Amino acid sequence: MKQFIIFIRKEFFHLWRDKKTVFILFGMPLVLILIFGFALTNEVKNTRIAILDNSKDETTGTIIRQINASRYFDIVRNIKSDRELEGAFREGKIKMAVVFPMQFQYSLLHTNKAAVQLVMDATDPNVANILANYTTAIIVDYQSSMKGHQNLPYTINTELRMLYNPQMKGSYNFVPGVMAIVLMLVCAMMTSISIVREKEMGTMEVILVSPIVPVRLVIAKMVPYFLLSAVNIVSILMLSFYVLEVPIQGNLALLVAECLFFAITVLALGLLISSVADSQQTAMLISIMGLFLPTIMLSGFFFPVENMPVPLQILSNLVPAKWFYYIVEDIMIKGLGVAYVWKETLILAGMTFFFMVISIRKFKTRLE
Amino acid sequence: MRVLKILLEKEFRQVLRNPAILRIIFMMPAIQLLIMPLAADYEVKNVKLCVVDFDRSAYSRELVNKITATSYFQLVDYTDSYNKALTYVENDQADLVLQIPAKFERQLIKEDKATLFMALNAINGVKANLGSAYLRTIIGDYNREVRTEWLQIPRFNPQPVIEVAAINWFNPYMNYRIFMVPGILVILVTMVGAFLSALNIVKEKEVGTIEQINVTPIKKYQFILGKLIPFWVLGLLTLTIGLAISYLVYDIAPVGNIFTIYFFAGVYLLAVLGLGLLVSTVSATQQQAMLLSFFMMTIFILLGGLYTSIESMPEWAQAFTKVNPVAYFIDVMRMVMLKGSTLWDIRFHLLTIFVFGIVLNSLAVWNYKKRS
Repeated sequence: MKQFIIFIRKEFFHLWRDKKTVFILFGMPLVLILIFGFALTNEVKNTRIAILDNSKDETTGTIIRQINASRYFDIVRNIKSDRELEGAFREGKIKMAVVFPMQFQYSLLHTNKAAVQLVMDATDPNVANILANYTTAIIVDYQSSMKGHQNLPYTINTELRMLYNPQMKGSYNFVPGVMAIVLMLVCAMMTSISIVREKEMGTMEVILVSPIVPVRLVIAKMVPYFLLSAVNIVSILMLSFYVLEVPIQGNLALLVAECLFFAITVLALGLLISSVADSQQTAMLISIMGLFLPTIMLSGFFFPVENMPVPLQILSNLVPAKWFYYIVEDIMIKGLGVAYVWKETLILAGMTFFFMVISIRKFKTRLE
Repeated sequence: MRVLKILLEKEFRQVLRNPAILRIIFMMPAIQLLIMPLAADYEVKNVKLCVVDFDRSAYSRELVNKITATSYFQLVDYTDSYNKALTYVENDQADLVLQIPAKFERQLIKEDKATLFMALNAINGVKANLGSAYLRTIIGDYNREVRTEWLQIPRFNPQPVIEVAAINWFNPYMNYRIFMVPGILVILVTMVGAFLSALNIVKEKEVGTIEQINVTPIKKYQFILGKLIPFWVLGLLTLTIGLAISYLVYDIAPVGNIFTIYFFAGVYLLAVLGLGLLVSTVSATQQQAMLLSFFMMTIFILLGGLYTSIESMPEWAQAFTKVNPVAYFIDVMRMVMLKGSTLWDIRFHLLTIFVFGIVLNSLAVWNYKKRS
């Protein structure tokens, strides 16, 4: 036991004296939370657009002013010809162009009909849709202000209620995602690299002929990373609570316990990687391709799982982070209790057990 | 020149004999391009809808039929208990609840006005937004049908109407994959280049072989060039594989000139590899180099405008994208591949990245010390 503690201390010093690493490991959650919380929004605003006004009359002037006044648009260019229009799109200067035909006001007043054309840069279809909707809304507003208010008969109104996330903030989804990424980084990648390093440098052989039991050595390596990830979990929860003001609806103790449990699952994954890989580069490649990419793509944090084709939906069940996401979402955001998350927890426990068994098996065969 | 040739021979042998590196060059494009565009599909379909109908009239049923006839919605249950519907939402079996109040039909006909209630699971903001917008459009359509049923619309319209028509350039079918694939190509080239080069010099340090190089007459710039060129070739190889996959699988061929893409990618790789080599000279162990480049890549990629547009970011994030090479390349890739931009159109991007490349590589050469 004493030997074991000495080893843990050794690993602690190893980690702690590498200031760059410690700095990044603590800085990572902060940076991720800031980026996801403040920089990445699906909101559309200040979009650069151009106007091609072939009519130049009072009506088009008013509409242009109203478009410019909206916070969604920034008119950066007045275009004179169709040719110029194409060039502006190709240089990437604008996302939309509003084209008024000749004699806009004249036809509106005399035939009661006029047409506006919106040329969209549809490379991003969602943004193009949203921009077209906003512009249409502005023009419809102008139109109804022209004819004065009037109630239409037989009107169906709709009232909207947002459950769980009343302000429609984007921040709720990614908090568990950031947590999973940080845990993967600390528990799986760092741990597996540090174990494989002993193999690569040849120090593993020294340990194998020493009286310490190899499994204990491996566990000793995991302890500092586990503690570090515990600190990270707490800091992510605090950042999201105090800085992003994401409320924690459910039981805090349960939430923390589930997070720590997931850390153990990821540690088991790291162990598995280290038993398979024989160089640090391989360990790193496996962690990136086998852990990070699936976690980001298939866990539902960033891309909703139900939008995926069925084979990917089935595949996503193998990604531990997906179950973790369900758990955190249920507890933290919906405020549900153990009754709702025991199934997911059990699945994670099964996965952890499976990874542990395989990696210990593999580890033993290497000894012989 | 001879020294450089020998160094290159050594580096190429080392790379080609490392199965892990070869695997990454072929696997990464495959995994990312085959799975990512399918997974990262922000087009919203299959919104799971639960209808709570307190009215059970001909009108309410007609409305529900109209909603379920579209491909956007999937009816989970048609019930008359609001609590039951909420349980569906709690269990993630429903995203959206439409509540039709009692006497909906009567109110609509007698009082000219009726109200429907929607409750949506707003945790997934995009889905909630688009789902409710679709539902509103359908209800609006239905509303118009009801109106035409009861009213005679005069043929000549006495009120002025402005018609708004949108045409979608560059992606007429509004296919989300066309938007994603060029961006993913950039991520691919960046990841391969940055990670491989970051780990390279530091490995020589960790294993100790750098000492041997330090005592030879190899010049600093020769050493860095010897490290740079093989990864530059590998990066372009990855790009080629990626372009081939996007053509064969997604049928996306560049609208612009393919050599414009290669030319820009060549300059861009200089910058990314310079960054990787700089990381490599700064770090003492592979673990450090790995962590450092992972940290930087995460920030660069997240703020590169792959999923969310740069214009909607706050000022500080926008200022950062000015020094983010990934953001420039994503922009260029989309411009050339989808809009057919020419070298002249991307001249500013090109110049900026070129400057980055010079600065980063000089820093790497300067920071690599032959003394220990």
